[in-house]
Amino acid sequence: MTRGWLKKTGLVLGVTIAVAFSLVPFLLFVSSAFKTQTQVTAIPPTLWPSFSIDFFRSAVVRYGILGYLLNSVIVAGSTTLATIFLATLAGYALARLPRSWAYFSLLVILACAMFPQIAIVGPVWRFLRLMGWLNSYQGLVLPYVALTLPLAVWILALFFREMPAELEAAALVDGCSRIGALVRVIVPLSAPGLFTAAILTFIYAWNEFFLALLIVTDPVRQTMPVGIALFQGEHTVPWGEIAAASFITTAPLVVMVLLFQRRIVTGLSAGAIKG
Amino acid sequence: MIRADRKFLLALLAPAVLVLLVFIAAPITQSILLSFHRIIVGLPQLQNPFIGIENYQELLHDSVARHSFWVTIVFVTITTFSELFTGLLLALLINHRFPGRGSLRACVLVPWAIPTVVSAQMWRFLFNDSYGLINYMLFGNEVSQYVAWLAKPGTALFAIILADVWKTTSFAALLILAGLQIIPEELYQAARVDGAGVWRRFRHITWPLIRPSLLVALLFRTIDAFRVFDLAFVMTQGGPADATNVLQLYGYKKMFVEGWMGYGSAISVGVFVIVLILAVIYVRMVGRHLLEASL
Repeated sequence: MTRGWLKKTGLVLGVTIAVAFSLVPFLLFVSSAFKTQTQVTAIPPTLWPSFSIDFFRSAVVRYGILGYLLNSVIVAGSTTLATIFLATLAGYALARLPRSWAYFSLLVILACAMFPQIAIVGPVWRFLRLMGWLNSYQGLVLPYVALTLPLAVWILALFFREMPAELEAAALVDGCSRIGALVRVIVPLSAPGLFTAAILTFIYAWNEFFLALLIVTDPVRQTMPVGIALFQGEHTVPWGEIAAASFITTAPLVVMVLLFQRRIVTGLSAGAIKG
Repeated sequence: MIRADRKFLLALLAPAVLVLLVFIAAPITQSILLSFHRIIVGLPQLQNPFIGIENYQELLHDSVARHSFWVTIVFVTITTFSELFTGLLLALLINHRFPGRGSLRACVLVPWAIPTVVSAQMWRFLFNDSYGLINYMLFGNEVSQYVAWLAKPGTALFAIILADVWKTTSFAALLILAGLQIIPEELYQAARVDGAGVWRRFRHITWPLIRPSLLVALLFRTIDAFRVFDLAFVMTQGGPADATNVLQLYGYKKMFVEGWMGYGSAISVGVFVIVLILAVIYVRMVGRHLLEASL
């Protein structure tokens, strides 16, 4: 009886600490977005904001946050589409090629995922300058596709492996072409896997900062993370506007995590151990 | 498998391989080549002469680089071990069956999903020297006691470590959780029948069985921690007195702020070699069979 009670208390305590540790710092920070200027830097701090939207207005009007947001949507959206397209083809090939080939390609692809970005960034920058793609959307999207491909290919290869080859055979008998069998039979059945890979790719591209900082120096084409990092006030740090921009950037991700946590967890652990 | 089919499959693989070649394999090769040249971005008239291993010799005598190396090592070691330890606790917690477990999993995933830049700004705000909540929690209204966390070498590095642990513990927890979930429940039941307590069950069942996934998490985290950039860039710009000048930030400054492309490439090759060695150890320890089994 007492043991059960002890266990329950321990569990509740553990859960409370885990949730507080994960959420409280962030809530304290983004609540600044809904405060007034004096509330943000007040000591003792105002815990309950007055739900003023001045900082959002200022972030939009004075700092042009919507432009950054649009760039982020375009870059992360195109990256996701391109990566998923290429990863579907490659993942399917890996799932159907003989094991030794698949293993070798997988090793190469994984090796690509482990390199520190600093090791590629100089030459990539020079290449993009040569092509005139610095400060352009494709200048960001292409490297992002390369960096997100490995994980997406792996997730999809694991997924396609589970699909019996008889499915395609049946489609071929029914008069489908080889590509047609992939597009009409395998892809629709793989929607959950595709979705997982797409979420992870999108989150990566949405959050990426290092390359975005180097490749895009023109504020007109910069993405949200760069905007948030480089936010400058005239005299003081514009915490309210930074918090407002952070709120806008993070809200879609939090919604995605809350809705699709199961998929995300499966995808992430596929990156390390068999899912 | 018919021959024509193999050609078709290789054709499907080709576009992805091409992208990886152009944007990852070729740049790495070129980084190595560039590191043997003197290239200064603003001075093309120097014509990028070949200078052999001069950049590397300079790197060995560069006290900032050496300092940066040790800062990175300290950062990587402390963050990885803290993340694995808290990650293990978190994984053990989530592995329990209780109502609201899904919501808990979603909550701990939130820091992982937040852009690093946002979490960096968040910690910069919380660590602020005059109105930061961390100072308020520690010293209340006694403003004279407030610590300028990000302006002192020791505490600035600590702040960045804390920010990283906050953000990636959940990732480590998920990897460990994947290992926990494949342990059959019967093992615990049998041990309970034999009268084994909580600690002995952990020591003799859980620990040996999750070691592979701990190892995977360890090396994934180590390799990733070497890439730290965003936190240091936003929270401290590498300061104060280079206390948080991690390798990737130092390389960035040399290449893109000062324009020393060749020298910066030597730094990046150095980082690359360290990570490569770790990756080889990783594959060795995890074992080929585990990787093969996963496909």
